[in-house]
Amino acid sequence: MIRIGRRALLGAAAVGVATSARAQAPVSFAGRTIEFVIPFAEAGGSDVWARFFAPALSKHLPGNPNVIVRNIPGGGSITGANEWAQRARPDGSSFFGPSASTHLPYLLGDRRVRYDYTKWTPLIVSPTGGVVYVSSRTGITRGDQIAQLRGRELVFPSQGATGLDIVPILALHLLGLNTRYVYGMRGRGEARIAVERGDANADHQTTPAWLTQMVPMVRAGAAVPLFSYGVPDAQGNIQRDPSFPEIPTFEEAFRLMHGRAPDGPGYAAYRACSVAAFAGQKPAVLLKDTPAPIIAAFRKAFADAVADPDVIARRGDILGDYPQAVGPAADALYATATTISPEARDWVRNFLTTQHNVRF
Amino acid sequence: MLDLMLSTLVGLLTVDRMMFMMIGVTVGIFIGVLPGLGGIAGLSLMLPFVYGMEPIAAVAMLIGLLAVVPTADTFSSVLMGISGGSSAQATVVDGFPMAKRGEAARALSAAFFASMIGGLFGALVLTGTVIVARPLILSFGSAELFMLTLFGLSTVAALSGGNLAKGIAAASLGLVFGMVGAAPATGEYRLDFDMLYLSDGLQLTIVGLAIFALPEMFDLLRGGGSIAQGQRLGRGWLQGLRDTFAARWLVLRCSVIGAVVGIVPGIGNSVVPWLSYTHAVQTTKDKSQFGKGEPRGVIGPESANNATLGGDLMPTLMFGIPGSGSMALFLAGMVLLGLQPGPAMADRHLDVTYTIIWSLAIANVIGTALCIVLAPQIARLTFVRYVLVAPFMMLIITFAAFQATRSFSDLLALLVLGVLGMFLRRFGWSRAAFLIGFVLSTDTERYLYQAVQFQGAAFLSRPLVLVLIALTLFSLWVGIRQNKRNAISTEGDIEQSRAKVLWPQVAFTAVVVGFFAFAIIDGQKNSFLAMLFPVIVGCVGAVTAAMVLFAQSRGPAFAGTANFDTEARAQDKGPWIFAAWFAGLIALTALIGFYAALLLFFVVFLRVIARSDWRQILVLTACAGGATLGLAWALNLVFPGGLLQAYFDLPWPLR
Repeated sequence: MIRIGRRALLGAAAVGVATSARAQAPVSFAGRTIEFVIPFAEAGGSDVWARFFAPALSKHLPGNPNVIVRNIPGGGSITGANEWAQRARPDGSSFFGPSASTHLPYLLGDRRVRYDYTKWTPLIVSPTGGVVYVSSRTGITRGDQIAQLRGRELVFPSQGATGLDIVPILALHLLGLNTRYVYGMRGRGEARIAVERGDANADHQTTPAWLTQMVPMVRAGAAVPLFSYGVPDAQGNIQRDPSFPEIPTFEEAFRLMHGRAPDGPGYAAYRACSVAAFAGQKPAVLLKDTPAPIIAAFRKAFADAVADPDVIARRGDILGDYPQAVGPAADALYATATTISPEARDWVRNFLTTQHNVRF
Repeated sequence: MLDLMLSTLVGLLTVDRMMFMMIGVTVGIFIGVLPGLGGIAGLSLMLPFVYGMEPIAAVAMLIGLLAVVPTADTFSSVLMGISGGSSAQATVVDGFPMAKRGEAARALSAAFFASMIGGLFGALVLTGTVIVARPLILSFGSAELFMLTLFGLSTVAALSGGNLAKGIAAASLGLVFGMVGAAPATGEYRLDFDMLYLSDGLQLTIVGLAIFALPEMFDLLRGGGSIAQGQRLGRGWLQGLRDTFAARWLVLRCSVIGAVVGIVPGIGNSVVPWLSYTHAVQTTKDKSQFGKGEPRGVIGPESANNATLGGDLMPTLMFGIPGSGSMALFLAGMVLLGLQPGPAMADRHLDVTYTIIWSLAIANVIGTALCIVLAPQIARLTFVRYVLVAPFMMLIITFAAFQATRSFSDLLALLVLGVLGMFLRRFGWSRAAFLIGFVLSTDTERYLYQAVQFQGAAFLSRPLVLVLIALTLFSLWVGIRQNKRNAISTEGDIEQSRAKVLWPQVAFTAVVVGFFAFAIIDGQKNSFLAMLFPVIVGCVGAVTAAMVLFAQSRGPAFAGTANFDTEARAQDKGPWIFAAWFAGLIALTALIGFYAALLLFFVVFLRVIARSDWRQILVLTACAGGATLGLAWALNLVFPGGLLQAYFDLPWPLR
């Protein structure tokens, strides 16, 4: 392994020297096959997202290379991320699409993680969103009645405390709502059914499922949205989600509940996890030490792809109504989604250990 | 509604849409014939083309593919004893012995017709339940699902092979192996030995291949002949058709089992073939032929697994909850086409749903016809000298195994479990019971925990739960009674396997007892909720295995049905030499990567074991190398690398 790394580095250095000497010789991937590595099995959000982008990138990368999706499943995406981090060469022959399940173990300091986000550079960040809702069986009919839930027991079907569900777990904890979590759900769909069936009464759903599956239930009066996770704007302030602007953000719900803005390490932990899991959910990355012209070519290809009328026409639920972060916007969102302060990390690790039996 | 059904049928019957369906069906058959690939590989092959296609044509193509895979994967189960997809695992138990008896044609035609009827029935169920699907699915909560898993486990009693304690111990062993990975209640990792690979749990494909296919393959190699011992290939086509017709009520009942379990999201579909297999056993008067080539043992699971697809589509279409890996991919395909599953599928998009139903029905008929046309040619394989077939089998098995997670660890897992499979087979521990335990392990634990969390002890008083409890008790009673009277053995002839020297059995059983003890001790490291299940299963397993051990240690006279050793009268050195060859292939892969290892292995194996001349070696090796390359190219696969690849950057396919 070492030998390859060294050789590749030398090669990259040589390329770098050559390019600067020839003053920006145009990058071309003509006739090459470029792998878009996804640390999940076929099907599932990340895979569909990558397969959606692959042909568009083929069209917009210089030289029209063949872009294929390579799935490396296992370990809840840690296997694929470790492998790509270890094997990728800084020549643009492969790029990587981590996701919330890759970000969160890294932020939480999972000992199985062997990858480091600071060694990668983002090409695009595709945001998504989520909504926490309760069943109308809880007795409330509008989200602004959230304070009436105080003292009642919510039952929340969950896939596990260290995955995507960490965000609602932290949010409901900060709101001071008494929630019992029933683990072992195998997907948000099962959780949704458990609420519809009446076994549980609180849950969260990501944007596509919210729009297609939950909006009819809200209209029918069976489900009541409490808050969304929102999206950070250019200044990093959380704004309402463009997919459901009528639903308040967690920050608004918190103010309604406690009469003040949320703060402290608990909120910092929630912010980090929520941006990692939703607004910054799906970046595509290259190794940072890839020669600058190659990185620039990829970044331009992604920027062109998201502006491509054909891509826009087909985006449907895959990209939703979210502005795709490319260029400097991608850098900002990527940085927020992949960093957590040491205090917030200690706080959330302690919280998970003492309240949810998680062992680090 | 009838209008809409007819108009969607007419809409589907255009030249280009039918052409796309034919493409799907053809790819489906090709993929189905190759073990281990199954619907998941087929769909991922198709998905890139779906992007931008006309939705109706694309749906017809994807459904065409999915519909025929469970029909076509019968080939490898019957002819080679390799269960490709989980849908064909139960077919092996009786289908393969039929092929060995020279009745491959009969087994195949019975299976195909049963598949076709099952598939059509699935389409019918889908039609009839589209409107009521949502309330139907919602009536199955965690409590009902838990009772369904218990019902599944109760079928073990009928598959115990004459010794109930041994059967229960085998199922417990399967349950423990199924526990590897994250505990459903707390997410704690159990029995993972701190390995990332094990944190996902063991893959069903690998377990199936290791437990059923590898032991059979090594055993066949010892025989030295061909798979089919008779010389009666041509016979049996009509016989198979007659078998299916004679078993028409069984076909129908198993189709119902398949469709119902398919509709209920949350129970893995891999349990369907086993449920219907046990059902076939329980409802057959003369049980003596099960495990030795009973056509009803083929017909039951085959009709069920095609019917499953119809049921399986229900939660996928109505709730967007995929019941299996291939359904998850189908869902992804729908999203790429801009079709959103949800309540609208029974309403605004009912036309899409009907297109799916029609495609399912039409593809089933076409697929069956194609399989029947192909079968005589493919069935000839059973008459080829097995040493020439074996390297291809090893290639297929390893190739199929590393489709699971595409890492070298898949091959290691295959080898280790394969050794376990050899011992289970040799000492008559029901491998069917093991697999049922494995398949149901996490679901049993998950739904018990969830039912208690949601409803407390009150979950036991729900009406549907009571019905399922009654069914389970009935199934247990039938199973135990039959075990006493005329025991069936899925592992071979009891009379032929009565050993005089018992120490090998005693040693293996002792290891099993020790393993259960380890599971109990390891289980106690977890928090209460994650500890309960391993400790209970470990105790049941340890007690039953200890009963077997006690009987065996008292000598042949006392042991009775506990005494079982297929090597009791063996004259040769046993299957180990061939297992060593297989281990050699995997070791070579670790050194020089899969593709180079494969080529080298073919040459050496054919020269040393098959004693082929160089021309034959060249032709066979080129066939294997070329086919593997073509497939890997089409599927964009990278082969597992070895030490060599870690140091040198080689071009594909050696990479």
